[in-house]
Amino acid sequence: MSGTGAPLLEVTDLAKHYPITGGRTLRAVDGVSFTLGAGEVLGIVGESGSGKTTLGRTVLRLTAASAGTIRFRGEEITDYSRRRMRPVRRHMQLVFQDPYASLNPRMSVEQILAIPLQVHEPGLKRAERRDRIEAVLSTVGLFPEAASRYPHEFSGGQRQRVGIARALICNPALLVADEPVSALDVSVQAQVVNLLLDLRQRLGLAILFIAHDLAVVGLISDRVAVMYLGRIVEIAETTTLFARPRHPYTEALFSAVPDIGGRHDRILLQGDIPSPVSPPSGCPFRTRCPYAEAACAEALPPLVERAPGHFAACRRPELTLSSPLSPQPVSRFAADA
Amino acid sequence: MSAAAPLGSALPAPARGARRPALRRFMRHRLAMFGLAAIVILVVACAIGPYLSPYGPLTIDLRHRFQPPFLGPHLLGTDQLGRDLLVRLLLAGRISLTVGFAAMGLSTVFGVIVGLAAGFYGGWAGTALMRFVDAVLCFPQIFLLLTLAALVSPGVLTITLIVALTSWMEVARVVEGQIRSLRERDFAVAAEAIGVSDTHLMLRELLPNVMAPIVVAATLTVARAILLESYASYLGYGIQPPTPSWGNMLNNAQEYLTSAPWLAIVPGIVITLAVTGFNFLGDGLRDALDPRLDIHR
Ligand SMILES: Nc1ncnc2c1ncn2[C@@H]1O[C@H](COP(=O)(O)OP(=O)(O)OP(=O)(O)O)[C@@H](O)[C@H]1O
Ligand code: SF4
Ligand SMILES: [Mg+2]
Repeated sequence: MSGTGAPLLEVTDLAKHYPITGGRTLRAVDGVSFTLGAGEVLGIVGESGSGKTTLGRTVLRLTAASAGTIRFRGEEITDYSRRRMRPVRRHMQLVFQDPYASLNPRMSVEQILAIPLQVHEPGLKRAERRDRIEAVLSTVGLFPEAASRYPHEFSGGQRQRVGIARALICNPALLVADEPVSALDVSVQAQVVNLLLDLRQRLGLAILFIAHDLAVVGLISDRVAVMYLGRIVEIAETTTLFARPRHPYTEALFSAVPDIGGRHDRILLQGDIPSPVSPPSGCPFRTRCPYAEAACAEALPPLVERAPGHFAACRRPELTLSSPLSPQPVSRFAADA
Repeated sequence: MSAAAPLGSALPAPARGARRPALRRFMRHRLAMFGLAAIVILVVACAIGPYLSPYGPLTIDLRHRFQPPFLGPHLLGTDQLGRDLLVRLLLAGRISLTVGFAAMGLSTVFGVIVGLAAGFYGGWAGTALMRFVDAVLCFPQIFLLLTLAALVSPGVLTITLIVALTSWMEVARVVEGQIRSLRERDFAVAAEAIGVSDTHLMLRELLPNVMAPIVVAATLTVARAILLESYASYLGYGIQPPTPSWGNMLNNAQEYLTSAPWLAIVPGIVITLAVTGFNFLGDGLRDALDPRLDIHR
């Protein structure tokens, strides 16, 4: 949990808008606020296109924010230039979904891992650099011989370990892991998740863990934020969220996961996610929400604290929603009377 | 762990493994091999041929003026002064090929720098730069060339500069487009996330991935440079006699087109051979390297 003092990362009203053809705007991320304490793991879930990647990259200042602020280690970095960001970067790192596309195929693992050291610790001697590379390889569970190999010589899971090693070699405080296991074989996914859990424990790493799979997120996260059309619609501690979701979209996501939602009536998400170019008026989820009523079209429901630390953006707090931990028959009008 | 084969399908081909199939594709490309052979033969002949000939380029053999090819001591015939056409052709080739390669080198370096800067930094400056490139590209290159050639005194160096000055835009455009899209790719974002310097990002991460299209464009530029030099010299704006070039040999042949057509035909064939040779080579390289240019986004 947040621990002492100011949080490691504090994001306020963050937005990323892309201008698109016809003078219109695509709101990839809109009005997102959250904090992340040192050593904390915050899971971000949502369907494809909900803005998770954009959020992660905007937080890392890999794309410029359109609005809002990002405070990292007490510094407001929202408007830092590329040059000013450079020293900050060693403390915030990114792990990619596709472990291969993110590794330069022309460089050996040693060369790949040497770059962050050359950038952030230029004083290091050659032998020290070797030691650091060897150490980080063992941290992520790779053999020292891996250093002289090229990315294509590895399996998917091993490549992802190389990607994680690159992110870790300068001892960052924050790791944004953007669907780090979705591209891997199911058999390997658990290993990489365990590695991240282990690292988090040993290194006190804060992780923004992005996934579209609630089951994986539930394993690793202290808290979970659910995103829909660029907005956080629910955020709570993992146990609370799993015990009692308070947004219909979260319930729908639970029921869509076969492993954990298969036993009871499936609330299949009807229809496609609307375009972030022209989101529905009022509640963005109303076009697919089984509990929607006329009033839902009127105003955007704000993210409101419904229980300690449990925020949801739904104007019907009286709903009793089902979850894998508290399977209940889906009763659309349960609390209406 | 299994070798995660499905991952590989949508990904950039590994640099090392991919080189061999590309080479194999290239070797199987008949026209490219023909082009390569033509270029090698031309270059070698121009380099050493003149030393092997009994005739000098200015040796006047009045007994054999206007000797047609294959009908006398001079293999490819002689001109109005009885100078050996083959020797002159090879010496002219030295000049024309040098102009071609030098112009290619200059325009490639310049085009790469402009394309890299515009593609990397983008913004209004990059956009302005590329609009300028587009505008210049709309303008027929030969007019540009002749306008410039009319303004400065022609010579080997100036004609090289002028040809280079009118040829860099294509390379710039190719590089700009590639760099702009490569920057969005994960490995570039990864480098950015590490905080590497702009130079590192450009030269070590991005540029190596654009080498294939640059090589293709450079090869085609040699062909165009040779052709442009020939045009300019043929029209009298290029390299001036007595320095021979393929273009001014054609210029000289105009007067004797009916009486001694070989004076035009022989250099004409060689220019065609050189230009098509480089074009075929460029096409072959493009085909051979193409799957690597197709790397998913
Ligand atoms: N550079 C860009 N220009 C325009 N639109 C973009 C850009 N990047 C992302 N988008 C749009 O922003 C929205 C959010 O995309 P994003 O990649 O952040 O979603 P995501 O939640 O990560 O999805 P996925 O699960 O597929 O990775 C999408 O509609 C996407 O099309
Ligand atoms: S506000 Fe209305 S439409 Fe939106 S989630 Fe709640 S019930 Fe559904
Ligand atoms: Mg994504």
